[in-house]
Amino acid sequence: MATAVDTLRDTAFTIGGRTFHSRLMVGTGKYRDNDTMVHAIEASGAEIVTVAVRRVDLDRTRETGVLYHLDPKRYFLLANTAGCATAEDAVRYARLAREAGFNEFVKLEVIGDQETLLPDVQGLLLAAQILVKDGFRVLAYSNEDLVTALRLEDAGCAAVMPLASPIGSGLGLLNPYSVRTIKRRLHVPVVVDAGVGTASDACLTMEQGVDGILMNTALAAAHDPVAMAHAMRLAVEAGRTAYLAGRMPRREVAVPSSPLEGMLD
Amino acid sequence: MNDTIDITVNGQRRAVSRGVTLLELLASLELDPRAVVVEHNRTIVRRPALGDVRMAPGDAIELVHFVGGG
Repeated sequence: MATAVDTLRDTAFTIGGRTFHSRLMVGTGKYRDNDTMVHAIEASGAEIVTVAVRRVDLDRTRETGVLYHLDPKRYFLLANTAGCATAEDAVRYARLAREAGFNEFVKLEVIGDQETLLPDVQGLLLAAQILVKDGFRVLAYSNEDLVTALRLEDAGCAAVMPLASPIGSGLGLLNPYSVRTIKRRLHVPVVVDAGVGTASDACLTMEQGVDGILMNTALAAAHDPVAMAHAMRLAVEAGRTAYLAGRMPRREVAVPSSPLEGMLD
Repeated sequence: MNDTIDITVNGQRRAVSRGVTLLELLASLELDPRAVVVEHNRTIVRRPALGDVRMAPGDAIELVHFVGGG
């Protein structure tokens, strides 16, 4: 597909048979108010927007439904299984989400540890196998372990989503080598999910050659979420373009940029 | 004969009329059936079937929707 640079072409960003223009996906959690969320999502340019499945508040003390604020015709809603600690729970949540009737995509999370929110690899693989068999397009939130990523691909996942660092930590890309290795070895799209804190993190992540990034807290918890969303949009584009452009080799010594000839005596 | 039964809706016990359907339950809670997904004793009930499923004592109902999340 065309890019902002005339000489540069990019491959289409296709997941589970659907093609998207923006490589930035965003969450809808933790915003201080819905108006800020809506404006931040607009500023991010994201098409894929994640949502969670929860009980309706029967007392109506607050209107928590996110679809009152987001037009499901404008955004591609990607339901998650956040909060699920077992494969069984994750499958249950995924099926409830699908029943809402938007699509058969699910961002699969099976959490194995409450402090770090790191995935339970065994539960994740099991849930992925069940959901793929059940017709879901599974985007699996994973740690940055190559073998886990390969197993998720073997299970039929539509995308693998290694973390940059723990969910909500904002620590940035802790292990570029592992993420690069996963990207090199997998055939399905690799979308880094979680841990990006600011624009440079997003840029550095995209420079590893991954297909996209999903973030939530980096926008929602910024002092100005709308401005940060704009910055992230630019950073994802910058990182992707730099990756395609191909960076210069690193050198341990200086090489002058100006001619050595023509210097005065 | 008692004309109400106890069921559980989203973890809360509620007394409802005996034989009430899921569709009627949603109406009594002022919920739009298009805006929620209904689980009855761990089984998803599709929208067209909501009027066919009647509550029995001890039934567990979950009413879910999409909220903000990452």
